[in-house]
Amino acid sequence: MSSYVTPDGRTIGDVLLEVKNITLRFGGVEAIKDISFDVREGEIRAIIGPNGAGKSSMLNVINGFYHPQEGEIWFHGKKRRAMKPSQIARQGIARTFQNIALFKGMNTLDNIMTGCFTHMHTSLIEQAIWWGRAEREEYRYREKVEHIIDFLEIQAIRKTPVGALPYGLQKRVELARALAAEPKLLLLDEPMAGMNVEEKEDMCRFVLDVNAEFGTTIVLIEHDMGVVMDISDRVVVLDYGRKIGDGVPDEVRSNQEVIDAYLGVPHD
Amino acid sequence: MTATSPVQAVTDFGDLVSLPKLLARNVRSYGNKIAYREKEYGIWQEWTWAQAAKVIEELASGLMALGVQPGDHVAVVGRNRPALYWSLLAAGHIGAIPVPLYQDAVAEEMEYVLEHCGAKVVIAEDQEQVDKVVEVSERIHHLESVVYYDPRGLRGYDGERFLSFDELRRRGRGALADNTPKMQTIVDQSNFDDVCVMLYTSGTTGKPKGVVLSNRNIITTSANSAIFDHLTHKESTLAYLPMAWVGDFIFSVGQAMWCGFEINCPESAATMQTDMREIGPSYFFAPPRFFETLLTSVMIRMEDAGRLKRGMFHAFMKHARKVGPALLDGKPVSGWNRFVYKLGDILVYGPLKDALGLSRVRVGYTAGEAIGPEIFAFYRSLGINLKQLYGQTEASVFITQQPDGEVSDETVGVVSPGVELKIDERGEVFYRSPGAFEEYYKNADSTRDTKDPEGWVATGDAGFIDEKTGHLRILDRAKDVGKLSNGALFAPKYVENKLKFYPNILEAVVIGAERDMCTVMINIDLYALGNWAERNNIAYASYQELAGHERVYAMIKKHVEEVNESLAGDDMLSGCQIHRFLVLHKELDADDGELTRTRKVRRRVIEEKFHDLVTALYDGSKQVSTETEVTYEDGRKGSIKATLKIEDTKTLATQSAGAKGAAA
Repeated sequence: MSSYVTPDGRTIGDVLLEVKNITLRFGGVEAIKDISFDVREGEIRAIIGPNGAGKSSMLNVINGFYHPQEGEIWFHGKKRRAMKPSQIARQGIARTFQNIALFKGMNTLDNIMTGCFTHMHTSLIEQAIWWGRAEREEYRYREKVEHIIDFLEIQAIRKTPVGALPYGLQKRVELARALAAEPKLLLLDEPMAGMNVEEKEDMCRFVLDVNAEFGTTIVLIEHDMGVVMDISDRVVVLDYGRKIGDGVPDEVRSNQEVIDAYLGVPHD
Repeated sequence: MTATSPVQAVTDFGDLVSLPKLLARNVRSYGNKIAYREKEYGIWQEWTWAQAAKVIEELASGLMALGVQPGDHVAVVGRNRPALYWSLLAAGHIGAIPVPLYQDAVAEEMEYVLEHCGAKVVIAEDQEQVDKVVEVSERIHHLESVVYYDPRGLRGYDGERFLSFDELRRRGRGALADNTPKMQTIVDQSNFDDVCVMLYTSGTTGKPKGVVLSNRNIITTSANSAIFDHLTHKESTLAYLPMAWVGDFIFSVGQAMWCGFEINCPESAATMQTDMREIGPSYFFAPPRFFETLLTSVMIRMEDAGRLKRGMFHAFMKHARKVGPALLDGKPVSGWNRFVYKLGDILVYGPLKDALGLSRVRVGYTAGEAIGPEIFAFYRSLGINLKQLYGQTEASVFITQQPDGEVSDETVGVVSPGVELKIDERGEVFYRSPGAFEEYYKNADSTRDTKDPEGWVATGDAGFIDEKTGHLRILDRAKDVGKLSNGALFAPKYVENKLKFYPNILEAVVIGAERDMCTVMINIDLYALGNWAERNNIAYASYQELAGHERVYAMIKKHVEEVNESLAGDDMLSGCQIHRFLVLHKELDADDGELTRTRKVRRRVIEEKFHDLVTALYDGSKQVSTETEVTYEDGRKGSIKATLKIEDTKTLATQSAGAKGAAA
């Protein structure tokens, strides 16, 4: 398949990431069983499934935190060798976490600045002295961070310690930090969990805007079906580590196995 | 009764008879001086008058290229940003009429206004505003183009109609060679009689009305008010109030252009407070609510401060209340008191003002509603020259204002330069001034009802001129002012405001028109009283229980009697003293139709709905049982039953003829 344009004017390109026959075991437990799917460039791809279906594990496999026992990951059309998460981050994959993982004592601005570190070239000593190259580099990245702050409308909390912020805003700061790494592929682990309707609507708009403005490919895990069906281009459904559905929202919605998984049909 | 201003109005305007001509003057005189600042990306971006004028010309040429003709309307909607101010001025530059809209208006309201003015172009800030226009675009007939400033989220909006602000500028730049001579002719011919701007009144009753203001209205008012307060090109202000409001147009466009001073736009609504601190405006306007909220936040933070700091704060504030206002008014103060105040300034007042962003305020105004005396005194005792003014859209703001050194929380000042004021036999305030609006757009009937052939404009407010000071005092909306059955003046809102200045009282409804005495129904403030109950170990299970609590009644009674005391000292209003009161068992709510959406009391509805309570207030009973229908947030209806106590209060005799003696 080649690239095409969606009804709302976005261009969906070729396959950016492909996971092939991934199996992940923790001791005797098979968290993910032989799962394959692809993510195309510019797409918003949702992973859904009941609790314990292996969604977060899948994200951890994609960003290199877990190493699957079987299977391959292809990124940019090349098979990926085993790497550390930091190396993968440098390849252009950033993520946010289900349980917010920010530096609570640092302010919003500094937290977002940490997202740029994967791209900084100056050494620790240069940065400590903060002279010449390091100074110029920081200015450059500060400007970029300010654009992200503007984009996510968090100017008012620029200097507020993150720990003092309400949950919804912390989520937004986490998204900002992920964006600061200028990712090609952004992994969002339940970006709207625990939010009220208004916060969810805001977050949806930001996810859509990130995708449309920066052309970032997004893989997201979300439990709110309304949100998933509204904003994603294609949906993968997992249940007990297996893939039980894959397709555009309407297909997935009418898939009997998916309905069963969500309504809870007894497993033998 | 008529009055004119003690300050001489400006009479000679030379060739400064339109905004484009003022812009040209500013480029000549202050070309390299900062005119606009906006915080973006965490940094204050700056534009000089010369730079701003260049952008305005490009935009004007761009609008011309879009086919905007002199006399067409150009709507502008968004928060305060230099780009949008330039858009307003650009429309004026080619003889079109700018129409700033309220950014929080819903799509239907926008539809009415856009269709009514027949706007050809809308310049919108962002996707939010563009979407509203798109939503109603099929039902508005004259709209040809939509220009957006922030392109974010607008990629899908292609086609002839939509173009970005930068694209408009680019097209304007391209056509500049062709358009400059045409624009120059329009600017040269512009004069006092041309329409400068059209502003829609918010319209508490019926549809909004388009108030047409000419260059004469805006420029003479700006010039006169600038003279009154000695404003110069060195002032600095913060533009944060809605652009569609006449005050913002006068402060941020009229006066700024006349004086050549600078406008600072905050980064976002939420950062206004910190941005204000960075700017330190010298000329500042805010509604009473703003000062009230600010004071509350100061007080709460002081409660959390260490003992030393808190002690210092309270000790010096006590001193400031004593001598601060006198110092500000230039009255004699003893050397020792001056010394202590100076010390306080170094230790407390200075740092506090700095934290609030008010340390450089030379002229500060509040208007729109009555301001609590405590709040007013707090800021003035810090040495902030906070004053009151009285005005309306139809007057291009200024009708009366307080001169330096003659400030009071009860009056709204002397007549502004160039304004004539008269009060008719019913007590309604009328004015005639060069700032008085031309007409309501496409609404000759309303224009006739408001402005008579001699140019006198009815304000709809009742008031009188205080004989001792010559200052105007506003009592209430004229239609609400009445008489008691004994003929004494009855001004319910005036009394209600006095009651509402107590933090424990959220809402009050005074009754008394055509009756033999005044009574009141009171709503407690659950936030303030809940806090008090917690600190005093008072247990309560519901709003109703707290409202009926003995100690709450005692407290409210004390407040009412204090208000009576202050009313007794007032010849005209002593008849409005409260004889009996009750505390309502439910909060007045817009969902139940008791308040308007802007939280104004709907007297008639309340008197009808609670007619059993009203009867009980007048038949001498000690308590009354009632059942009230309520609407829940999801629209379901229910009812609450309650038995309310009614208490008598002490009233005081005065020399005034209309007042009754102590009744209770």
